[in-house]
Amino acid sequence: MALRGNLRDFTITQLLNLINLASKTGTLVVDGASEQAYISFREGKLAYARIGKDDGSLAAVLYKASKINANQYRAIVDRAGQMTDKELGLLLINAGYVTQEDILLNLQVYFTDLIRKLFTWVEGIFRFENDILPPDDRINVRMDLENIIIEGSRQLRELEQLQDEIPSLDMALKFTERPLTNINLSVDEWKVVKFVDPKNTMRQIAKTNKLTEIEVRRIVYGLLQAGLVELARPANAPAPMSAKTTFPTQDKEEQKSLINKLIGRIRQL
Amino acid sequence: MQTVKMVVTGPFSAGKTQFIQSVSEIDVVATERKISSDEERTVKSSTTVAMDFGRITVDEDLVLYLFGTPGQKRFDFMWEILSEGMLGFIVMVDSTRPETFREARSILETFRAYAPTPYVVAANKQDKEDAWDLEDMGHALRLDKNTKLLPCVATDRASVKTILLELLYSILQEMESGK
Repeated sequence: MALRGNLRDFTITQLLNLINLASKTGTLVVDGASEQAYISFREGKLAYARIGKDDGSLAAVLYKASKINANQYRAIVDRAGQMTDKELGLLLINAGYVTQEDILLNLQVYFTDLIRKLFTWVEGIFRFENDILPPDDRINVRMDLENIIIEGSRQLRELEQLQDEIPSLDMALKFTERPLTNINLSVDEWKVVKFVDPKNTMRQIAKTNKLTEIEVRRIVYGLLQAGLVELARPANAPAPMSAKTTFPTQDKEEQKSLINKLIGRIRQL
Repeated sequence: MQTVKMVVTGPFSAGKTQFIQSVSEIDVVATERKISSDEERTVKSSTTVAMDFGRITVDEDLVLYLFGTPGQKRFDFMWEILSEGMLGFIVMVDSTRPETFREARSILETFRAYAPTPYVVAANKQDKEDAWDLEDMGHALRLDKNTKLLPCVATDRASVKTILLELLYSILQEMESGK
């Protein structure tokens, strides 16, 4: 079924978060104001990216990264026109121009830059195509999305949206079951992570770390988006409402009998 | 006569009134008003401003009331009043309108703060071609893996029954686990 919508309602970081959590394979197609972006994933990891008519060929990426010079680049374009990026990569490695690590690292940097560009798009229609797989003729990478998501979340500036995402700073945080490894956090983000505990409200964490409300909201938003933490009721918060108002009787067996009666009645409808 | 209640909540135009209408034995007492905002008028022409009210009589001693909350945020002062003493609540979400998911999440958090009662999330309009997949909705709504996210078609009585039953099973389960 459809995974489509508008960037006004779903930010790129939220989409990346969803793709990450659902371990999706396919391509996110975003029709922006003047360009179209194709971001491909395998099992929730970034595999390939292209925006507009940008030449994302391996030769162009290596040239931009100064791994090959202008003459080498021109020679490749002239002579290796029919060659796939995978074939070209192998050729360059065997010829000793670059290492496999150089290629993967530079492609990762290039794709991350494209996603950074995508973070600036606030208008656009997106759809996720399960059937469009990363292109076979291009070299695919396998990048975890958490760091990209946190980086994108840092760019969220609108207080109103942050307040929608985190309505109250009196809630606490707890870690999700996802392991906290290989995550690049800023000093302020680490300060918040250090105090993640259902005993501490976000307001207390902000006060302890001398962070403003908007700063702590932005940091927590990033951690939430990356799926590292989730909101929790503070451990010492009083129960908001007495359960005795729920049932007309206090007897546990009568309460169960009442629920069973309701179940029986609804089944008959 | 004993009465118990459940609350049906969710964003504007999620299908709450229709949900209650599908199972209520009385015509739903709906307090609807013409929409004043142009943006909202494009979605539907009238909306609930105070509450919807439906009834299911169990026997001569027991009645279940279903209360539907107004979806628009400017009427959220009603939510706390309606949530008092509820057995549990249902959060309705229109699966075809991802622009409402953020609000649905916020409503869910608000109701969880009002009362620690069981709840289920009903993904309405799952019969529509442009409905979001349940798994994607679960992630977008940031539901934890224990939360029941159920497919729903609010106009279909069988579908609504399933949602109500799942909520009742959750209530029973929680009672039996002694929470």
